[in-house]
Amino acid sequence: MRFAVTKVCGGGAKARAGVLQIGGSNIETPALLLSTRKGLPAFISRDLLASLPLPDSLLLHVCPTHFMDGPPSKTISNIGGLHHMLGLPDHILIAAAGDSIESLPTSEASNKFGASFETPAGRRLVKPSDYMELISCMKPNLWASLADEVPAWVTEKRNRVSVERTLRWLDACIALDADFGANTLGVVVGGSSIEQRKLCATEVAKRNVSGFWIGGLGLGDSPEERCSILDAAVGCLPPEKPRLVSRLGLPEEVLEGVAAGIDLFDSTYIYQLTMGGFALIFPIDMVGKKMDNGALNNSVGDFTKINLRATAYRKDTSRIVDSCSCFTCQNHTRAYLNHLLNVHEMLAQILLEIHNTHHYLCFFRLIRDSIKSGEFDGFRQQFVQDRRAHLAAAVM
Amino acid sequence: MALRFEVLGRFNRARAARLTLPHFTCQTPLFMPVGTQGTIKGLTTDQLEEIGCQIILGNTYHLELRPGSRLIDDLGGLHKFMNWKRALLTDSGGFQMVSLLHLADITEEGVTFQSPVDGKPMLLTPEESIHIQNNIGADIIMALDDVVKTTITGPRIEEAMYRTLRWIDRCIAAHKKPDVQNLFGIVQGGLDPVLRDICVKGLVERNLPGYAIGGLAGGEDKDSFWRVVAQCTAGLPEDKPRYVMGVGYPLDIVVCSALGADMYDCVYPTRTARFGTALVPEGVLKLKQNAMATDERPIDPTCPCMVCKKYTRAYLHCLVTKDAMGSQLLSYHNLSYMMRLSRDLHMSILEGRFPEFVRGFLRIQFPKGDVPKWVRNAMVVAGIDISECCAKCPRDAMDAPGTDIPELCPPTNNKEHIPCKR
Repeated sequence: MRFAVTKVCGGGAKARAGVLQIGGSNIETPALLLSTRKGLPAFISRDLLASLPLPDSLLLHVCPTHFMDGPPSKTISNIGGLHHMLGLPDHILIAAAGDSIESLPTSEASNKFGASFETPAGRRLVKPSDYMELISCMKPNLWASLADEVPAWVTEKRNRVSVERTLRWLDACIALDADFGANTLGVVVGGSSIEQRKLCATEVAKRNVSGFWIGGLGLGDSPEERCSILDAAVGCLPPEKPRLVSRLGLPEEVLEGVAAGIDLFDSTYIYQLTMGGFALIFPIDMVGKKMDNGALNNSVGDFTKINLRATAYRKDTSRIVDSCSCFTCQNHTRAYLNHLLNVHEMLAQILLEIHNTHHYLCFFRLIRDSIKSGEFDGFRQQFVQDRRAHLAAAVM
Repeated sequence: MALRFEVLGRFNRARAARLTLPHFTCQTPLFMPVGTQGTIKGLTTDQLEEIGCQIILGNTYHLELRPGSRLIDDLGGLHKFMNWKRALLTDSGGFQMVSLLHLADITEEGVTFQSPVDGKPMLLTPEESIHIQNNIGADIIMALDDVVKTTITGPRIEEAMYRTLRWIDRCIAAHKKPDVQNLFGIVQGGLDPVLRDICVKGLVERNLPGYAIGGLAGGEDKDSFWRVVAQCTAGLPEDKPRYVMGVGYPLDIVVCSALGADMYDCVYPTRTARFGTALVPEGVLKLKQNAMATDERPIDPTCPCMVCKKYTRAYLHCLVTKDAMGSQLLSYHNLSYMMRLSRDLHMSILEGRFPEFVRGFLRIQFPKGDVPKWVRNAMVVAGIDISECCAKCPRDAMDAPGTDIPELCPPTNNKEHIPCKR
């Protein structure tokens, strides 16, 4: 794996564009990791996945903990690792233990032996040795060490303990790693404490890791705090290695992360939109241009997304987004999606996940373009402003 | 008439044909997946094309309920609404009435039922059913028939058969688009050959584009089932398609094709997929079994579908019944299997190797030679020698108790039937 920053931008020159050379592909950053369930997107099978923008859609976030009741390690090894088992040999699989849907960190059950996660199969305690057994049979392209992520409201003591454990487990994971950390992302925790964040980041940076994963955000920290937490953590990290963050999913959150110097984002925003019957429609050709598709007539959306369950779409034969080249928009209408949602058909989620993924990947392209042209700050400001203006207009 | 049916090849009663419909030219025998609510559960239209689906079914009852046939018509018909470019077939709505609704009551006027939306009494007449199907716009539409369970006996069956004939005239009169939609009549009559014969003759008189054999696949014993199919296919015109409704299991499709049927539909392949069962040449593979958890083989090594080329039983085992992706992948495979079966039937008849195909099929499904008696009986009538697939003498099968229908049995060269010694 090789990573290089190609351009810095923005106030404080923290936002950066880069290139990740990994698994035979060159992935430009900032980039989005698509969330998965047992390694595959929730609804997009591999043949449909191939229709999404490339190489952007190659990046997948996989959770080893999804496989704790799944095929035994030996079987996974025999099949040849995760890439082969999933039928996705060219994809970039980045593993981390927790996610926001099927592997929720339950810090109150974590202890000195391992981290606890709430999974569909119940609560599971994962020790570094268990975790590394999964990692070694799965052979993801990159993997985050096992961390003790805690929500923002824990005591100072608990927070300190989480930092100590995370560092200890990082060392344990690297020690068990056949590649000695060459594909490891060290996790930085520390809750809402600036001091702990800096401490953790500094310590992780000393280890032989190839990148960093900012964990513990999106677990109760307020948006106001987040900015300073990110700055504190990122400030202590070397600039030449990539940084990932979890649970910053909304467009504004992503922009905030980019501004702080994050390169890769793992979020379940798309999944949550899809399950709610929402389709993204905010403009991705150029921020500031008028909304197309009669979006101004939408009384059932907030100009970022529309809720296709609404009866307003029963006879709407237009595409979700006129200019969108995704499979869903090229083949189906809002009316059909409305029908599918109303009769609880699986195809609704398939089509929505395709569109939402496509749309959000295009958003990331816009971000990259704005950094490369040196206009990220302006882009971010305009985007947030437009969004607020529409919200204000909707209220009146 | 908005179709053309050309028989391209035969083996005794079995036929391989080209069925040209307004939206697509199909090869029969063929299986039609059921897309109840305007979608095959979990698959896109692209995937269906890739798998090789030629015709899919829509359910009139469900589509009229949601989103409504009027809306579908306003938006240009079901093809456009769901973006399916190939052929569509809609059923009459009658079966759902009877099978889904507790208070369905059948009178001469039509089927009265309690609306599932607001509980008001509603009526589905032949005219209304055709009107709805005209709105939906499928290539093939089905007449409203008076369906009775095959497990029922008594005068009700006769009543239903005669009513079906009266209703077909009302359907024909109500049909507004005979130039682009083909109205198929449905043969009823329960398991009674006399009633079936009357119904067949009555429908054939009406000179419809195609005919369905209805009232089966509802729990009747297999021995009765094949005899009704055999009788109906013998009586229906050679130059029109024959559709056995609600069939089904691959074995049933092979037998019915041998007896001269062309089209089939069933929810079985997709429904069983959602329960974690895969269709394989040997029969079924239940992926939820513990043994599958470490099985590194594909579902079926002979299957060329994406699922079998890329995934192992072990991985699918952890997906099925738990994740939507499991349903999708298994449905994809099961429909691929059914499409391959359809293709194999068509090509083997066309290429003059149908008996070999049937023997190969039975050998894999019944490696111990325990081919069921009803299959053996049916193959005698179909004129296909499957003795090498059977552990016991197939001729013994004809001694089994059951209705004797001499006109179904092909003439034999043997003057004497010598039962095998056991």
